[in-house]
Amino acid sequence: MDHKKKHIACDPIYLVRRNSYMLTEPNTLTKADALPPPVTYDDRKAQPVRKARTKKVNPEASAKRMAWVVQVHAVRDNKDRKAFAELFGYFAPRVKSFLMKSGASPDLAEECTQEVMATLWNKAHMFDPTKASVSTWIFTIARNRKIDILRKQRRPEPEDLTWGPEAEPDQADALGLQQETEQLGQALATLPAEQRQLIERAYFGELSHSQIAAETGLPLGTIKSRIRLALDRLRHAMK
Amino acid sequence: MMNDMKQIKHHLTEPLLMGYAAGTLPEAFNLVVATHISMCDDCRAALAEYDAVGGEVMLDAEPVAVAEDALAATLAMIEAGVGSPAPAPVRQKNSVFPGPLQDYVSGDLDSLKWRKVGGGVSQLVLKTSNDASVRLLRIPAGTAVPDHGHRGTELTLVLQGAFTDEEDRFGAGDVEIANEDLHHTPVAEQGMDCICLAATDAPLRFNGLVPRIAQRFIGI
Repeated sequence: MDHKKKHIACDPIYLVRRNSYMLTEPNTLTKADALPPPVTYDDRKAQPVRKARTKKVNPEASAKRMAWVVQVHAVRDNKDRKAFAELFGYFAPRVKSFLMKSGASPDLAEECTQEVMATLWNKAHMFDPTKASVSTWIFTIARNRKIDILRKQRRPEPEDLTWGPEAEPDQADALGLQQETEQLGQALATLPAEQRQLIERAYFGELSHSQIAAETGLPLGTIKSRIRLALDRLRHAMK
Repeated sequence: MMNDMKQIKHHLTEPLLMGYAAGTLPEAFNLVVATHISMCDDCRAALAEYDAVGGEVMLDAEPVAVAEDALAATLAMIEAGVGSPAPAPVRQKNSVFPGPLQDYVSGDLDSLKWRKVGGGVSQLVLKTSNDASVRLLRIPAGTAVPDHGHRGTELTLVLQGAFTDEEDRFGAGDVEIANEDLHHTPVAEQGMDCICLAATDAPLRFNGLVPRIAQRFIGI
């Protein structure tokens, strides 16, 4: 077994750095492997790369994201109802909106939203701010609930990576990831309407690209290239 | 477990990763995606990006008011212990089946109830929602699967061994994505049996009378 390679694969910084290159067509994924890997786990030289890349970010918006992280940790550590109420106030109406746009009736969406928020409370210990923004994490919970309730399917989940005992979440990594997600959000908001709508439909709908094509009358090639263009812009915004 | 395997060359495509993140794929495809990601750090990192896009799309959605007592109802649900996380499924390390697949297959390679489908090839159909189907394939070392085409989309993920077809060589962790345009004759490499996880949203189409008759018994 190649120990060095395994070591790197478990290194969250390495993964996060690769992440930034990853909103890309997997055929080109091999590019990520051309990155110089960090020499050892403790070599934190990856940091300046991140700072340089995230300078465009709006500090207030990042502060909001870090506040969500603190609130989730308060729920985890102290069963803090005030922090939970704040998360609830912001996210529950958006989760409900997502579920309704995905085809749930208002009553079902309401019920599922409450279950999603209860899951947030129950799984707060599993949230890792170096791997996801709170918005991403809540989205994945809501999506899984959608598959469960609306599509009545099991949801196969990838195996968790086994993190070494030294892999405690690092504050700077957490901040960097929150900033990157903020940039992604800002880039999404500034996409041309036609591209943004397709991305939204792809996430909200039950529709495949070819079903969207049938419904909108746009050629499949146009749909695909618009989605590709939108993803290219999002990718660019994160660099 | 499998991260330190040989380099994976054939990855998932953008629509598959996006569909998995959005939750719009058939269960059979989700199983192939989740299994590949368990073996492939590149696609795991890519998926994190597609999940993040989903989160931002959700944030951007016009909020819909929740019930007035929604927070109180949720806190009551939490107090009553509703939705407490189920215990994590028991998963074996060093199995030829990565974690997500172990939830669908009980047993190891030799204890499974394989069904012969001709030419030495065996299969085991897994139970998923019926908008697509997924099965394990066992192709003895050196054996060819009959020349066939595909009516829909077919994903073939190699779990063990390797096969080669007109396109390329596919080793452990590689996924081949076939559609109507691909007619191929995969041949398992010498050395060990090739074990694949294959999902399709339409029946396979074999070229030739005898395989076509055999197809009726395959159950896909």
